[in-house]
Amino acid sequence: MRILFSVLLVAFLGACAGTPPLRGTGDLALIIERASGHVTLANTSSRQPYARIGGLGDLSHASAVYSRDGRYAYVFGRDGGLTKIDMLAGQVVKRIIQSGNAIGGSISQDGRIVVAQNYKPGGIKAFDAETLELLAEVPAEYAPGQFSKVVGLADSPGNKFVYALFDAGEIWVSDFSDPRRPVTQRFPAGQNPYDGLVTPDGRHFLAGLFGEDGVAMLDLWQPQQGARKILEKYGRGEEKLPVFKMPHLRGWSVAQGKAYLPAIGRHEVLVVDVATWQEVGRIPVRGQPVFVMARPDGRQVWVNFAFPDYGKVDVIDTLKGEVVSQLAPGKGILHMEFTPRGENVWLSARDDHKILIYHTENLTQIGEITADAPSGIFFSSRAQRIGF
Amino acid sequence: MSRPRSSRAALRRRSCWRWAIQSGLALAGVGLMLSSALASEPPPQRQRELTHLVRQECGSCHGMSLQGGLGPALLPADLRDKPADGLAATVYHGRPGTAMPPWQRFLTEAEAAWVVDRLISGFPE
Repeated sequence: MRILFSVLLVAFLGACAGTPPLRGTGDLALIIERASGHVTLANTSSRQPYARIGGLGDLSHASAVYSRDGRYAYVFGRDGGLTKIDMLAGQVVKRIIQSGNAIGGSISQDGRIVVAQNYKPGGIKAFDAETLELLAEVPAEYAPGQFSKVVGLADSPGNKFVYALFDAGEIWVSDFSDPRRPVTQRFPAGQNPYDGLVTPDGRHFLAGLFGEDGVAMLDLWQPQQGARKILEKYGRGEEKLPVFKMPHLRGWSVAQGKAYLPAIGRHEVLVVDVATWQEVGRIPVRGQPVFVMARPDGRQVWVNFAFPDYGKVDVIDTLKGEVVSQLAPGKGILHMEFTPRGENVWLSARDDHKILIYHTENLTQIGEITADAPSGIFFSSRAQRIGF
Repeated sequence: MSRPRSSRAALRRRSCWRWAIQSGLALAGVGLMLSSALASEPPPQRQRELTHLVRQECGSCHGMSLQGGLGPALLPADLRDKPADGLAATVYHGRPGTAMPPWQRFLTEAEAAWVVDRLISGFPE
């Protein structure tokens, strides 16, 4: 009897050793290593990497969205690759090449549809989130035979996707209530929208304009009113500074009832009251802003810059309405991502081949992760946010 | 008394220069046409810097693999029918009215011509 017990005990322990411990997905991170086609998976609580996956193709300007349970990441590569990654198993589940040249994607409110936005051929394509089977596509054919590059794709409530057409100067809203038969509405927006965002409440879509000073705004609750311009003529005819990299917009720009937006060709962050959509301030910064990101509580806004000022990061105190810290964290700071409640921010330092982890209160570096030319950093907490 | 050696050498160098200038003038017309082909090669370290600049910074619009993005593709097949001088001028001065900025703060005209030459012949990794 005692022998039998021992055998059972050994067998039991052996089984335990073969099973990885259960864990959640709320504190995971995916880091794009743009030059080598790899992603590194990391844990934002232990601040350590736990897996590295290769073979993802051209990941310059790659981005990722998460399934609603945070388990799967969908990585959109520049070369049109769409890769579904299991964050817990640390491996690729499925990979397809969906276009020739892509620029990101989004996931529907119900988590069932993954949509990629493409430069070539211009348009969006919708895939089943489970199988990556193609469901439908909306070519960005704005005039007979003329296709536009698509930018700023974001999900909005009602399984809708909103995006802008760089070449056509329009905002399109595609309703995927029937995933195989999307219905699209078009709205004139302004010259050369370069990116877009959906506000955290899902109500407004903003498209930053490159071809003119201003931002186009569409109220998704009242789309029949059409898009209107806000921050119009903020440059007031002054000569623009050269823009060596296009800024990026996303719903993180909204804090404390204000939107903090990058100016184009000016070294300023523009501040807009989101109740009235009037400009209420501008904050001088040390370069052409690329990412203007509010800490989740809205107390700070962190700004990084285009080449050649991309070694700098400015921290704005939203109560004071000015830059309170000028950091020089590393070489080629391409992206920033806050932990869900904002105590840390992760910065990718492309030319230092590191992720730098900062404490947001005392602004000191508390950790780092080695990565090969890292660019985008995507935390699994994005799974629960509108417009990501 | 004969001239010191150094002075004779200087004379030889001067006549050398005269020859060079004359032939240089004769070749100027051809040189203009072939400006990118004759562009002086930047030193190896600078070539690496310029390659990094093109892949990474130009790559943010044109793609790291230069297959295009918000900006057009810059692969040899895409540039075949375009005059090299015009392309180098676009790099150096930018293109007003488009998203292409002037890069003259970061490279010389000769380096812009070298970059264009490399793009046309297939850009190094």
